[in-house]
Amino acid sequence: MDAFEILFTASFWVAVIRIASPLIFATMGELICERAGVLNLGIEGIMTVGAFAGWFTVYSGGDLWAGVLVAALAGALFGLLHATLTVPLGLSQHVVGIGVTLLATSLTYFTYRLVLPEVTSPPKIESFQPLAIPGLSNIPVLGEALFTQTPLTYLAFLTVVLVTWVLYRTPVGLAVRAAGENPSAVEAQGISVTGIRMGAVVVGSALMAVGGAFLTMSAFNSFFFQMINGRGWICIALVVFGSWRPGKALVGAILFAAFDAYQIRLQQISGGIVPYQVFLMMPYALSILALILVARRASYPKALMIPYQKGER
Amino acid sequence: MSDTPVLRLSGISKRFGPLRANDDISFDLKRGEVIALLGENGAGKTTLMNILFGHYVADAGTVEAFGEPLPPGDPRAALDAGIGMVHQHFTLADNMTVQENIALGTQSLWRARLDRTLARQRIAQLSADFGLAVDPAATVSTLSVGERQRVEILKALYRDAGILILDEPTAVLTPAETDALFRTLKLLVAKGLSIIFISHKLHEVMAVSDRVLVLRAGRLAGERETASTDRKELAALMVGQEVKPAEVSPATVGAPLLELEGVSTAPYNGAALDDVSLTLRAGEITGLAGVSGNGQAALAALIAGTQRATGGRISVAGREVAGWSPRVALDHGVARIPEDRHAVGTIGDMSVTENVIAERYGSPRFSRMGFLDWKAARRFAEKIIADYDVKCPSPEARIRLLSGGNMQKLILGRALDPEPAVILASQPTRGLDVGAVAYVHRMLLAARERGAAVLLISEDLEEILALSDRIIVMSKGRLSTPSARGERSIRELGELMAGHSGERSDAA
Repeated sequence: MDAFEILFTASFWVAVIRIASPLIFATMGELICERAGVLNLGIEGIMTVGAFAGWFTVYSGGDLWAGVLVAALAGALFGLLHATLTVPLGLSQHVVGIGVTLLATSLTYFTYRLVLPEVTSPPKIESFQPLAIPGLSNIPVLGEALFTQTPLTYLAFLTVVLVTWVLYRTPVGLAVRAAGENPSAVEAQGISVTGIRMGAVVVGSALMAVGGAFLTMSAFNSFFFQMINGRGWICIALVVFGSWRPGKALVGAILFAAFDAYQIRLQQISGGIVPYQVFLMMPYALSILALILVARRASYPKALMIPYQKGER
Repeated sequence: MSDTPVLRLSGISKRFGPLRANDDISFDLKRGEVIALLGENGAGKTTLMNILFGHYVADAGTVEAFGEPLPPGDPRAALDAGIGMVHQHFTLADNMTVQENIALGTQSLWRARLDRTLARQRIAQLSADFGLAVDPAATVSTLSVGERQRVEILKALYRDAGILILDEPTAVLTPAETDALFRTLKLLVAKGLSIIFISHKLHEVMAVSDRVLVLRAGRLAGERETASTDRKELAALMVGQEVKPAEVSPATVGAPLLELEGVSTAPYNGAALDDVSLTLRAGEITGLAGVSGNGQAALAALIAGTQRATGGRISVAGREVAGWSPRVALDHGVARIPEDRHAVGTIGDMSVTENVIAERYGSPRFSRMGFLDWKAARRFAEKIIADYDVKCPSPEARIRLLSGGNMQKLILGRALDPEPAVILASQPTRGLDVGAVAYVHRMLLAARERGAAVLLISEDLEEILALSDRIIVMSKGRLSTPSARGERSIRELGELMAGHSGERSDAA
């Protein structure tokens, strides 16, 4: 099989969608936060928390969906911490975000060691299984790629639809977008900017955690250190790539996943000649290139990263 | 019914640190009445309205709307009570449509779907009823300033406001837009709304209001029926004394201090300079009139050193200076009063002290062996604050907390010390109130008395006529021939400004 033929195999596209799923959850989460005007750099840590919380719930005998719920709640909790520090207290969103990532990550690793002190190889769980949608999954390549995934992947795509609907079709979405553009417009219309922003960060963080949980509950079936591996940072870039629009961000996530899936397969073909690190680097290099091409003209939320203090002159 | 006030403020007081922004202010607003809240910048007008609207919480006092007390610090309550506010700085989300901005917060946040049809119909109805034409589907960022203001008024009407507060509504409008606004206000009053109109412009206050409340230094200085007062009396109430136009003595013109010979530049905020020659002489104010965008900005930037000439020569006191730059300009005694005091004149988040030494922090006066001498800097700031009567909490205050007039006084103080040879004053009184304008004029005339060469760039023809010993009109990047004080009529100047003259431009 040569490098070009890979693109036409169903298994390649199945992998693309699977790799994209956690990114989609977390990107939607980050997008909600940023649309409300809060940059959430806690994403990497919150995904770690979600990955562990989901996995551990199932490992201790919980139901798979209960695991997803616990992961979301754990993420929301760290989101609440982030939001409390950045919104009413108006602290630097960069510093708080990095702090939350460090805290969440180390707390997770610590907890992992605490509950499983003796293990050397990460224990596996019975994870989400692929669920073929009858009929649709029989469509060659495309149907197979999209409709032989796990329920969590379907949920990821549903999330994009839901986030789009909420942001553009509901009153609360209007308030979120306005809070990120000009918070005084929100305040002048009698809505609490603090409430909107905190709500957005909490909900967004819950989504990030579900993205993390996808990795342990639908991809690797176990939890291990460093498993998020920069995916959170990629999601921050994907939000920019998508110009803060859910649909475009989804395209970005799939594109990145495609680069990633492609480089793995390329390694197998020509790994002997070219050092494998070159292939590992490829999705990131291409992401930077895509950002340069796409995001330069992006119009970002004007109040992004600017704390809002009521009654300040 | 018409006798019961729709709004009653009693004993409102508010401090910002040591600054008394509002001090025991009480008044009533009747149904269908237009009250003008008049006062200099920093008199406390905006603070008072922000308390009324719930953006600030007053230290003391109460607000009653339609007989019901208003809970403090709650914009939602003010909105629900029928108070609408059009802020000086518009509160619109630029990336959203007109309709979205208006509908924001008018429907329950937890509805599964925003009712766009309802919003669209109601906006169309209100637009038609009040003559406020604006496209509901347009994105706010594409609208003109006048249109944005209409959206703000629609926002209030959409919520059935019975009281409309307009904070300096004309500051950003063209004359035609101002007229349209006044017509709208008449219509609103006819439909039973009550209006509070905040302004420091006397002629507007006289034109729109029924009653005038004058604020001075946070206190209510006077109340007049508009019909039984005049501009002079109101101006006196505003500043606390009779305002006299600055007296101008005959000029004693000396040697040329700054000469531009055939300079050209690239376009800068409007037209470029095209082969311009200009001489500024000691003891003379040269007024540069013109419609903005005709090259005044380029000329000011060139003299200030922030824009390079693409051709021509610049000489100071008869000697050509090469490599003109902001530093070189300052070193040759060119003082600058920039057109935009917020963007160029000051650094908003730095202190008053830091701002007053911003042009000269490296000079021996404010530094020793590369270290800043903060004591000297603070003394300088304190001296300016005392000499120019700047109202500010302390030299440590961030400069953006100051009102426009006080900021301008600091810039003047910085520019005029130590006695510069050339003063470049770009729109030095734009946005200032009567008292501050008179002050700036006196300072410029005093500088001329002691032999400085002043270039006054202004769009305000009255100001140009009052101060200038010599008037030059700028049009399409070129200068007219100069005319002496009183030589050209306003009409002739107006024609030159419109570019109707074929005169070759050389003002040597």
